[in-house]
Amino acid sequence: MDLLSILQDLVTDYTLRTVSLGAAVLGFVSGILGSFAVLRKQSLLGDAISHAALPGIALAFLLTGSKAPLTLILGAAIAGWIGTLFIISIINNTPIKEDTALGLVLSVFFGFGLVLLTFIQKLPNASQAGLDKFLFGQAATLMERDVVTMTVLGSISLFFVLLFWKEFKLLCFNADFGDSQGFRMSLLNILLTSLIVIAIVIGLQTVGVVLMSAMVVAPAAAARQWTDRMGFMVFLAGVFGAIAGVTGAIISSITPRLPTGPTIVIVISGIVLFSLLFAPNRGLIWSWVRKRRNNRRLQVDAVLGDLYILATQHGNIEHGHSITVLRTMSMGHGGTDGSLKELELQQLARRIDSDKWTLTSKGYAKAENMIINDRDDE
Amino acid sequence: MTLAQFEIQLIGILVASACALTGIFLILRRMAMMSDAISHAILLGIVLAFFVTKDLASPFLIIAAALSGILMVSLVELLNGTRLVREDASIGLVFPLLFSIGVILISRYAGNIHLDTDAVLLGELAFAPFNRLSLFGYDLGPKSIYTISTILLLNIVFIFVFYKEIKLSTFDAGLAASLGFAPGLLHYALMSLVSITAVGSFDAVGSILVVAFMIAPPATAYLLTDKLTRMIWISVIIGSVSAVSGYWIAHFADASIAGSMATMCGVLFLLTFLFSPYRGIIAIMHRRIQQKWEFAQIMLTVHLHQHQDLPEHSFEKKMNHCHIHMKWNEKFTQRVIKLATEKNLITEKNGYLYLTKQGAATAEEAITT
Repeated sequence: MDLLSILQDLVTDYTLRTVSLGAAVLGFVSGILGSFAVLRKQSLLGDAISHAALPGIALAFLLTGSKAPLTLILGAAIAGWIGTLFIISIINNTPIKEDTALGLVLSVFFGFGLVLLTFIQKLPNASQAGLDKFLFGQAATLMERDVVTMTVLGSISLFFVLLFWKEFKLLCFNADFGDSQGFRMSLLNILLTSLIVIAIVIGLQTVGVVLMSAMVVAPAAAARQWTDRMGFMVFLAGVFGAIAGVTGAIISSITPRLPTGPTIVIVISGIVLFSLLFAPNRGLIWSWVRKRRNNRRLQVDAVLGDLYILATQHGNIEHGHSITVLRTMSMGHGGTDGSLKELELQQLARRIDSDKWTLTSKGYAKAENMIINDRDDE
Repeated sequence: MTLAQFEIQLIGILVASACALTGIFLILRRMAMMSDAISHAILLGIVLAFFVTKDLASPFLIIAAALSGILMVSLVELLNGTRLVREDASIGLVFPLLFSIGVILISRYAGNIHLDTDAVLLGELAFAPFNRLSLFGYDLGPKSIYTISTILLLNIVFIFVFYKEIKLSTFDAGLAASLGFAPGLLHYALMSLVSITAVGSFDAVGSILVVAFMIAPPATAYLLTDKLTRMIWISVIIGSVSAVSGYWIAHFADASIAGSMATMCGVLFLLTFLFSPYRGIIAIMHRRIQQKWEFAQIMLTVHLHQHQDLPEHSFEKKMNHCHIHMKWNEKFTQRVIKLATEKNLITEKNGYLYLTKQGAATAEEAITT
């Protein structure tokens, strides 16, 4: 299938259009709110919330008997919210650490959700089909009303992010300072966490409980590599999330038996890997090149220094020094030959015999300068 | 109680004990979420091993699953090593990826075999007694009892042999490293144990219950004691109580056994969280209120102490003047005066307050320290 017909399908095919749109909304919202979680070292909060939402979904269905997306999302949000309040109060009031509080709430809430699911299975008229998709995600069952619900809820939470941008930034980087300036940091914490809860529950239906945690962490982790500015990072995380959502939805729709949620996760993981490797400045390849260049420079400087020492010992710049002596002086660090060539290229050293080297007057001046500077630094 | 019921509870207790033993060190090392990550990541190993052996009962599945748990830990360490993402984020990046690959492999290549994500994630303890081990025609009981007993034994031996090393590297990794223990090696050994325990338990109880058993009982024990040995015992007991009570709740309510057990873990934690004698919420609240009144009494003695030898300040000692100076409301002041009188810190004469000897000593102490 070529690109053009995919684009055509995006517009004309109802299922593909709905799924891609839903995945894009979910990726964008979770990318943006996930950035805050990642910056606050709460990457796994998303994992805990998405599991904690299960009993809410089940209870909402048991109480209302309705599978309308808004009802189930509301139930999920309330359960997720209660879960996070538990986490916050355990961390604040006991010596128990954050990771333990997260794991505790995650597993216990999810276990309780399973108990409720067994009750639902026993109901005579209710098939569990609509609830199953919240566990593992079934993007293909997304309908237009689901996407509308997701968009509305997502827009509301993004509106709050814009409204409290400055306060949330403060919360991420220096909450104590915020407190001292009179902001109610504990309330802001609850507000921000609640927005993250919303971002997660609107994605549950598309990618499922387990994989939703990836959509919180991965776009932000990728975006973080490209910039140090928070505004740009948050925006980029949203874009990455949306791209991963749409790409994953398209790939899984043109490949038979390829579930959407996991495909989206693999696409966003690919984006993370690419960012880790190739992002300018922070990226692994970039820093590898920088490190190599530094090493090279240090080696060249060391040989230059060695030649200078030999020259002062002999009291004669013109005296040639054997390359073996220089190799010995570099004490097995290697690269002597290459460094000499580099020095020759820069006209700092010159070859006298086949294997004898000495400094040029330019090289002598530079070495003297370098060594005096070093001494001053000490 | 039928034999099957007894066997299910026995499996529950064994799983709870094995999980509690490894879980304690996870939560003390602040790596509790590793249990969640590992229990999801093992899906990939199970799927891959299944493609090779075509047998769900093969012991290779356990080995491959444990290996994929270790792979996940190594990948997390590798990501941490780049210093480009923080540890929590690297966990959150790696395990969903491995899990996704596992899910995709299942849905593409194992569509018609009974190997679904539900079974791995949720588990079904009720079926455990049907998978029996028999030798020379004798019925030796459910297979999972043997698997889990072996794993429990492995955990006990490991912790018994390396108790000192684990304890040291858990509480002071720097000292452990400088004394020549290898904290890195111990980290991987412990993570391997977690993986093996998760794998051995998952087919009986599902990965979520593994996480609940690993985290909740040790966290509960943490609220009850500070001693490591006592914490181990309490965790094992709490885990076992959750398993047995969870089973009976599931039995009478006709609900998911694994889910009920996890719920009971949570209930026991919640009760401890509220009522623990020293670290419970109610004890903490009570202590905070107590401290407020005690502090107010001390402030009152200090106030009287400041003015006691100066006749021109005698109005400061007037009972109904105190609240103005201390910026307290009248009701609060009356209560403080009453409490302080009861404790024999002050006496009242003609509407004036005087420090007793004991009160003077309290004030002196508060000022000087």
